[in-house]
Amino acid sequence: MIFNLKSIALAGVGAIAVLLASGAAHAQSTTLTLLIDNGPQTVPVFEAYVAAFEAANPDINIELETRPGGGEGDNIVKTRLAAGAMADIFTYNSGSLFQAINPQQNMLPLTNEPWQADVQDSFKSVVTSGGEVYGAPYASAMGGGILYNIPMYKELGLTPPKTWDEFMANNEKIKAAGKVAVIQTYADTWTSQLFVLADYYNVSTAQPDFAEKYTAGEAKYATTPAAMQGFERLQQVHDAGYLNEDFGAATYNDGIRMVATGEGAHYPMLTFAVGAIEEIAPGTSGNVGFFAQPGNSADTNGLTTWMPDAVYIAKTVSNEEAAKKFLAYVASPAACEVRNATVEPTGPYLVKGCELPANLPPAVTDMLPYFADGGHNGPALEFLSPIKGPALEQITVEVGSGIRPAADGAALYDEDVRKQAQQLGLPGW
Amino acid sequence: MASAPTTARSRPSTYPVWFFLPAAIIYGALFLAPTFASLYFSLTRWTLFNSVFIGFENFAQFFREPFLIKGLINTVLYAVVTSTLKVVIGMGLALLLTSNIIARGYLRSVVFFPVLVSTVGVGITFTVLMHPTNGMINQGLALMGIKGPGWLTDPNLALFSVALVDVWKGVGLATVIYIAGLVAIPRDYYEAARIDGATSWQNFWHVTLPLSRPATATVITLSFIGGLRTFDLIWAMTKGGPGFASDTVASVIYKQYQAGFYGLSTAGNVVLFILIGILVVPLTMFLNRKQGHE
Repeated sequence: MIFNLKSIALAGVGAIAVLLASGAAHAQSTTLTLLIDNGPQTVPVFEAYVAAFEAANPDINIELETRPGGGEGDNIVKTRLAAGAMADIFTYNSGSLFQAINPQQNMLPLTNEPWQADVQDSFKSVVTSGGEVYGAPYASAMGGGILYNIPMYKELGLTPPKTWDEFMANNEKIKAAGKVAVIQTYADTWTSQLFVLADYYNVSTAQPDFAEKYTAGEAKYATTPAAMQGFERLQQVHDAGYLNEDFGAATYNDGIRMVATGEGAHYPMLTFAVGAIEEIAPGTSGNVGFFAQPGNSADTNGLTTWMPDAVYIAKTVSNEEAAKKFLAYVASPAACEVRNATVEPTGPYLVKGCELPANLPPAVTDMLPYFADGGHNGPALEFLSPIKGPALEQITVEVGSGIRPAADGAALYDEDVRKQAQQLGLPGW
Repeated sequence: MASAPTTARSRPSTYPVWFFLPAAIIYGALFLAPTFASLYFSLTRWTLFNSVFIGFENFAQFFREPFLIKGLINTVLYAVVTSTLKVVIGMGLALLLTSNIIARGYLRSVVFFPVLVSTVGVGITFTVLMHPTNGMINQGLALMGIKGPGWLTDPNLALFSVALVDVWKGVGLATVIYIAGLVAIPRDYYEAARIDGATSWQNFWHVTLPLSRPATATVITLSFIGGLRTFDLIWAMTKGGPGFASDTVASVIYKQYQAGFYGLSTAGNVVLFILIGILVVPLTMFLNRKQGHE
């Protein structure tokens, strides 16, 4: 009976394929499907990319399809890949999440595409699996650190801190002035991870081989003092009473509004948030500055960077040539121009020849020195190791709300990491 | 088959066998096959792309989950709290709504109305109402000079806040079941009790309560099972948070699934299935025990 069902299903699929093929033949053109996440900075950009690309290639027609972000989006991507029903082209994270969707089995390698020569190696390394490069960048690099309210800093005569002690001293002054020093927004749990994740540059200066040993199961958060510091810092800002009163119920949008309008001084966040300021609190993007997460010493202070999502081609692609043509366009300076005209840039580009526009918001200009000569930056742990424990955001909510002590939280996270490493089938776990 | 003895049991069916085939195929393909597949996948480490057989390790891992024990306790607590409140409040409302009060029909629909509203919609609405500083509940309390708690952000309170919303939403159904149960009690009993000079309390305790036992059994079973596998309301309101404070078994399973631990979450579902069985089968047997002796 199952055999029968299968053949019926196959016949159905065949019929649909015939219909589609005949439809395409009538239109005398190729149709590609493109699955993107529904983020406010993804949809308009891809609409503009597709419009420009279709104008230049009238014989190729691209249909956009959106999916949610976060864990729900991960499941859609994984399910569709596993079922062989993925769109021809799709966007997805780089780094550890990219490693979890089995690139070698599901995606088309793009190592030998001519445009790869213009893509920075730092990006290629986070979309590489088994020696093959699979993705093209469509956005700019980001920094993880602390957004701050410039007018409040001016009013209180503060300067952006380079060490954690300076940061806490600033917080004390802000609190003494009767204002909210640190904004936290735990209703959107992912925002709670920043103090831990953005501390990674500091971890790597103290212990350069942490990522390697962590991946091999030899280094743990709970037993590596430098790594544990992120959890301790998260707890410190809560215990000192620096947080906004509604930190447990506030959302990411609340956080951006608060730091932009001066309801709070500091908001630990990725710089992609800069692109959302104008939408949430119009006319205030000039009020928001940025600094890297302060560390133990001013000399080694540096920025933890995040690589943007990438565009990939599914192995089940209907027209390889056309799909590759689109990726070549996305990874070109022409596409960066389109992007600049569509959304606010959030950091430096990763493709040679892409330029940032002249009038950048201060949070982005504050970020550029870390990338310039003499500046320090390094990738976040999720781009150096395939393992990121999925429960980190709940654990950091607990530590950051005073429910669980930092040491306990770090140990719990180590457990979570072990589970993920086993799921990935890594050796040594 | 046709030659079998013609007892009632083996009499040939009125309908030919192929008549049952469509239903059997749908049931087999959409229910039986996935059930057995999930039993198998719960014994594997499964990434959707491939699976490795690992025996009972998923179950061991599931019971090692630091949040799981809390999730189990929370689940049972939630089920007990919501079903108790639904029984007590549902019974009270049903007594009120079967007595001769003004606008009875209107009030009955008001009580039932929340049952019809989407759970996620209710969850989101109450999340806004329960906001610790801007929510209407705490602003109302502030007018009376009371500083309201963080309903959903206080780890000790979050689960109970969600349970209260669950009761608000579900009590209408319990009330309707009780109304049906109360109306079905023959008036003779009350008349006999009145002749014996029973007070209204005695009336309730010795007549209404015992005779509404079938309704009570239905309400408890329905709301207890509902409470055990509750997910949508918790996910809409707290996502198991803050931290893991309001996690239930269902939300723990969902999070494993979301994180891509497909084998582990399948194992979790098998555990939840067994847990519901262990708790509900004896409960139903206990509640229906005396029904025959009515």
